[in-house]
Amino acid sequence: MDSTVYAPESKYEILPKANADGAAEGELLEVAMGPHHPSTHGVFRMDVALDGEQVVKLKPVFGYLHRNHEKIAENTTYLGSMPYTDRLDYFCSMTNNWAYALSVEKLSGLQPPERAEYIRIITAELTRLVNHTCLVGFLLQDMGALGTPLMYAFRERETILDLFEALSGSRLMCNYMRFGGCRVDLSAEWIGQAKTAVERYPLFLDAFEKLLTENEILIARTQGIGVLPPELAVNAGITGPMLRASGVNYDIRKADRYGIYDRFNFRVPLGDHGDVYDRYMVRLLEMRESLKILDQALRDIPDGPIMDPKAKIRGFRPKAGEAYGRIEGPKGELGFYLISDGSANPYRYRVRPPSLINLTVLEDMCLGETVADVVVILGSVDIVLGEVDR
Amino acid sequence: MLGEGILKGMAETARNFIGSYHDPERLTTVEFPEKRIPAKQNARNFPFLVYDGVDPDMGLRCVACQICEKECPPQCIYIVKDAAKKPDYLGKMQFQPKVFDIDVSVCMSCQICVEVCPFEAIKMDTDFELSNPDRFGGLLQDKHRLSRPNEYYHKIHPTEASEVDARLAAEKAKAEAKARADAEAKAKAAAAASTAKPANPPQPATAK
Repeated sequence: MDSTVYAPESKYEILPKANADGAAEGELLEVAMGPHHPSTHGVFRMDVALDGEQVVKLKPVFGYLHRNHEKIAENTTYLGSMPYTDRLDYFCSMTNNWAYALSVEKLSGLQPPERAEYIRIITAELTRLVNHTCLVGFLLQDMGALGTPLMYAFRERETILDLFEALSGSRLMCNYMRFGGCRVDLSAEWIGQAKTAVERYPLFLDAFEKLLTENEILIARTQGIGVLPPELAVNAGITGPMLRASGVNYDIRKADRYGIYDRFNFRVPLGDHGDVYDRYMVRLLEMRESLKILDQALRDIPDGPIMDPKAKIRGFRPKAGEAYGRIEGPKGELGFYLISDGSANPYRYRVRPPSLINLTVLEDMCLGETVADVVVILGSVDIVLGEVDR
Repeated sequence: MLGEGILKGMAETARNFIGSYHDPERLTTVEFPEKRIPAKQNARNFPFLVYDGVDPDMGLRCVACQICEKECPPQCIYIVKDAAKKPDYLGKMQFQPKVFDIDVSVCMSCQICVEVCPFEAIKMDTDFELSNPDRFGGLLQDKHRLSRPNEYYHKIHPTEASEVDARLAAEKAKAEAKARADAEAKAKAAAAASTAKPANPPQPATAK
């Protein structure tokens, strides 16, 4: 064979594997998990180097779902990017709306009336229920419990999505919050339905826990797997249930007290070990705390207007300046950073997505684990690719 | 005991399985094409244009102000103004759209056109069975296809439509009252002028 033939360098690196003495022993196998892999929750690739079944290197590759969200937002009006925020994390459109509305309100000095603040808390906590319920279903799906837990989770999610549809007109892409308030008012009938749903939810959680929490297979697959030490979690900027599962007490609902969260009585569940099981349990406990907040909010919601009288739909131009609004989304700190130059569209629009930043420690959690555990660990991070890639 | 958790979980699935045969709470789906869940009042899908009366062209509320075209985030609305004017519900002469196209395949059902419309002319439909083999002919909807009578709006969003009608009626009544008052004032002024002229009384305010 002609030795001058051009041979392109292999796309995948073959790493020599050495024993303790430094002598070559064999080769590592490089596998591209994804982008079309059912465990990756979307189009996400992990380039994994394997020694037998153990992971020695993992490189996350994303961007397949990039939709230019930030640049589109810089070229539409402030109101026009509200429906695009629904599509960031499509499980939690209400909290995305809230984070964006909050930063625009900081920018323009609008103040939502009391009833609107209550409505925001009710919808945000319902969103948290939806997100955590689905996450547990997907996590179990990743572990190989095909169908049953996920279908139970989806059945319960449906009751909340029905509430969202009755309120905002759409199940997932709610596009509900506005700068200085909310778009439509709650009816008394809706509050009644929401109360019923909130009363019934603990029954589902009990059944769900009976099904899962003590299950020996689940315990064997999750305890001691994918440990995230608290120091690393803090240094990497991890937020949300993942951080709290590592034992760091940081919840923006308590730290920032945005909206009117200081009026509600709830606790922040913390984990001990930072493994997958703790992440699972923290989410289940958080759902119970959300139900507490919902109970209080649905009981105390006052009558009144739902929009700041100064807010206007057409010709909205906040004065020049910058603002960063953040909330505790179901996945972590969701922030929007806006710079206004006084025109109708933002000069700079930046999203701080919790999914993307929580993904940065994936390699640290996966090193030394097996391929099957990588899938479970990724499931416990709780990513949505719409938000990772934007 | 090892395996106890699994057995408990299986009891739970068995409860769900048996329940799904007799407990209506557990029957969570409907057999779709035959049975349908009625649409929620606030449900939204794609926009349509409202017209009053029977003639879709004359009754169309849209005045081709092009605000929705500018505000639409995915830019799926295309409007061309007509040179000819027509009276609106107040009797005022207004522009009308010569072309009003909505590309439903681009629309993302965000309802912003409805919110920004000052004339209550564009509203959200609830019809979702729109699948079509022809991407352009079938999904690029023109003015005639988009126009729906006000009665249709009342049928799909009864509460909202009654509120809109009440608001429009109030505006109309106000406008009519103002027109009547203006006319009366004019008539009075004319009458006053005609009666005042022959007498020609001194007018202190204007005399200075």
